[in-house]
This record gives sequence, structure tokens and C-alpha cells, in this order.
Amino acid sequence: MTFDVAPVRRQFPILSEIIDGRPVHYLDNGASAQTPLAVLDAVRSYETTGRANVLRGVHRLAERATELYETARADVARFLGVQPMEIVFTGGCTAAINLVAYSYGQLLQRGDRILLSELEHHSNIVPWQLLRQRSGVELDMLPVTTDGQINLESLPKLLTPKTKLVSLAHVSNVTGALLDVRRVVEAAKAAGARVMLDGAQRTPHGPVDLHALGIDFYVFAGHKAYGPNGIGVLWARPELLDAMPPFHGGGSMIGHVTLAETTWAPAPRRFEAGTPPIGPAIGLGAACNWMAALDWTATHDHEMELVQRVLDGLQAIDGTQILGPAGLQNRYPVVSFMLDGVHPHDVAQTLDAFGVAVRAGHHCAQPLMDRFDLDGTTRVSIAPYNDNTDIDALLAGVKHAAATLR
Amino acid sequence: MSDEIYQARIVALAKSKVGAGKLAAPTKSARRDNPLCGDRVTIDVRLDASGHIVEIAHQVRGCLLCQASAAALASIAVGRGATGVAELRQDAERALGRQPGKAHEPFDAFEPVAAHKSRQECVLLPFEALKDALA
Repeated sequence: MTFDVAPVRRQFPILSEIIDGRPVHYLDNGASAQTPLAVLDAVRSYETTGRANVLRGVHRLAERATELYETARADVARFLGVQPMEIVFTGGCTAAINLVAYSYGQLLQRGDRILLSELEHHSNIVPWQLLRQRSGVELDMLPVTTDGQINLESLPKLLTPKTKLVSLAHVSNVTGALLDVRRVVEAAKAAGARVMLDGAQRTPHGPVDLHALGIDFYVFAGHKAYGPNGIGVLWARPELLDAMPPFHGGGSMIGHVTLAETTWAPAPRRFEAGTPPIGPAIGLGAACNWMAALDWTATHDHEMELVQRVLDGLQAIDGTQILGPAGLQNRYPVVSFMLDGVHPHDVAQTLDAFGVAVRAGHHCAQPLMDRFDLDGTTRVSIAPYNDNTDIDALLAGVKHAAATLR
Repeated sequence: MSDEIYQARIVALAKSKVGAGKLAAPTKSARRDNPLCGDRVTIDVRLDASGHIVEIAHQVRGCLLCQASAAALASIAVGRGATGVAELRQDAERALGRQPGKAHEPFDAFEPVAAHKSRQECVLLPFEALKDALA
């Protein structure tokens, strides 16, 4: 089945805007994706016909808000192939990782080890460094291959009996490399370690079957997956959620409070202290439903055809280098490149003049930049609504930068 | 097209590489990083007894705007002390629209950056490094 991009584009009002006299060629989806009408409508509906706090009120608006919020939890769970009460809403993907680092981290002992990689986003490095400072765990790093993939050859050496958790990017936010999850899970389980995946760059490209992956924790961000800002998701195996102490204290996460002590609510409430981001959660539920309704075989083919167009076009421009897998194997639609003699920010600024939005810099992955001795890269990140005109505008802009800035 | 930010004078300043490199025996050196974009500037200065710049060199690991700014600064900083460099910064800030008034050579070249707030720190990073070197 072929993919018809036009009806998809019509669902994203911003794509037909002319901004400062330029069309919108939005290729910065890895930073934040655009939002379809279905999500905007869901949030507006809550705000205009159901706005109230959740869980505690008995009036009809509170009942409606609670139902919408819990339906959103079920929508997200269906998207991941898990049970609703295994889904914890957080303020974002970073917040979800910090939750695990704090609460699961409380279960670890001094001298236990956590295995990360050199290509992780800072949000999957810094929370573990903070845990190391607090509790004395040790961090190990899987190296990265020359084509920007996590080098799993080092797994047997770096997985020790002390390793309690392996936490890796499902898809790299810089190179687009897809992790060989099966290999990681097999090795980690054999060593008795848990596995967490940072799904921020994977979830915008279709439903994920977490049980098939065999992992223990999964996190992702709403705003990268066509949802609102201010919402993220943690999934964890229920026995882990049950064992983990709370992260934040406050309303809604308690069993009973006296002036002497407090008992905790069961998960997921234990991890949702205070009033949650209700509207954003409802929007994320709508985003998951929107994604689930796409034919992902055709959509993925469409995205990867665009990646091929990017790779072919860049390779035809003198002095470009790709940081990431050379072909379409083991990658998702994120492409980083360097243009010899032109700083990535200058490439991105030039592209802005062509109406093309990309991200340039270190992409919150400074250890990866250090690994390749780079100032940064220019990153093109693709979503289902992108089309050939976006890629052709990108390539025209890169050619212009090559011709004028070096 | 908004790549008027890369007008000929800015590109020429960056390509001139005035002052690019290291000093063999600097009196002082300072490095500044922009954590948001990763730009890095290292400035070496040789100072006379009264703290005025006798010689200046810079290493820029950053964008064209940062390179152009460092070159412009190196072209005009010799003979100045901390106060004189602060005056130059004011001139650069006038070009960026952060201070009232008209900027002068060579910093008037950066007037197109006034419309691009996210890039202004690129222009100012060499000033930050030089200020540290003179402190």
C-alpha cells in the first residue's frame, strides 16, 4: 500500500502556514513534533467542556475530567501493549528518567553498577551521575562504533554481576541508530540486570510492543510524539513499580497521612504527586490514538524513502559527511551530517532562510560529540507529514551554505 | 531571505582570521564556553605593565559569527585595557540592538544579527573570554 502524505499534512495546520514570507519545511521533529488537529481538539474539548481536577471531586466536571484522564492512560497503554495501571504520567521524558533514577535508585546499593552508552542524551546520563553522587553506584559506558551505533561487542565485558540496570536509547537522537534490543536484553538478563529504554526518538514512529521487547522500563516524551508539552510517560513492570518508593510527595500519592507518618498509594498514583498535567495527558492519549490509526508499514516506508532522499542528496554535495548508519538498515528517520568548513549553526541559520527548520549543535549529547571530536552536527529529523518538497528545500539550502559560507 | 545575516562583511571578517591562533608566551589566557550551543573561545593576551593589550590571539571552536566577532575584536583591541574593551563591547551591543545608538567599525558589521536574538551570544562570547583574560 502506498502512503498518501497529503491527507496527513492536512491534519497539521501549521504545515500550510506562511511564516515571515516562507513556507514551513519542518525537519526538527526530533526536538518537538507538530501537533495534529485530533490532539488540539482533545485538549480544547477538555479545557472547554471538562476542565476540573481529577480523582477527588464528586461534581460532574470532576467526573468527566477523571474519565478523560484515565482514558488517556488506557490509550497510552494500548499504544505500548501494556496495562493502563502500569503507565505513570510524568512531566516529560527527562522527568520519567529522573523518577527511575531516584526511586529505583533507592533500591540499589553502593558499588552496584549501571551501564549506559556514549551516545545517550544528557537526560540519560546526568540523572545517573546524580545518583552516583547520592548513593555511590558506579557507571559504565558502552562505546560507539564509527557509524554512530552503540557497540554491543563490549556487552560481555561491561556487564558484571554488580550491574543492576542497563539504560540505553532505543533510537539515537543524533545518529538515528536503532538499538539491537534483543541482544541487549538477552545479555542483561543473563547477567541479572534490568533494562530501561529511552524511547523519545522511537515512539513518534509507531506503536511499540514492550512485552515483545522483554525490557523492564520504558520512557518517552509527549511533545516528540505529536502530543502537548509538559507530559511524559514511564512504563515499568508492575512488580518494579510496587517495589519502588515515591519520588515526589504530596496529594494523590498517599494511602493515609497522619502527623506521624504516611503510607503510599499503589502505582501509578504513588508516582503522580499533586495535580497531574491533565490536559497534556489527554492530548497525549489522542496523539497515541492518532499514531495507532496510521498504517505503519506504509508510513515507515515513506519516512525511509525520505531518509534515502536526504542521504543521496547530501552525498552529492561536496564536503558532507553523515554521522550515523550509512544506509537504511538499523536506523530511524534521524540524519546528522557535517558540512566541511561550515559550522552546523551556520548551516541551520542558512536553512532557516529557505523555510527549513532543523536542529544544529551538540543535541544534548556532548559525550558523543567528544567521541567524534565534533563541534556539533546538523540534524534532520523526519515525521510522517514530511514530503519531497521538504527534503528538496533542505538540499537547496545546504548547497547554498556550501557555496556561500566556505 | 534571512541569510542576510551572512552578509559579505561578516563572512569576510570570519575568513580574515585576524588574530587566530595562540601566543607563545601569553600574560593571561581565558576560555569561555556557551553551554547552549557548544561554542568555545580561548583568548591569549600579552599585556604591558599597565594592563593594556600588546598582543592578542584567539582560538574559536564555533560558528561563523563567533569567528567574525573574535577577528573584529583582535583587529581593534591592541592598546586597550579592561575599560577600553568594555567600550568595544558596548559598541558590539549597539550593533545587536541591545544598546541605543549607532555602532562603529568594525562591529557595525554585526547589525544584521540584531534580528536574530538566538545568535547574539555567538557574537558576544569572544568579549566574555577577553573580559576574563583581563580580569
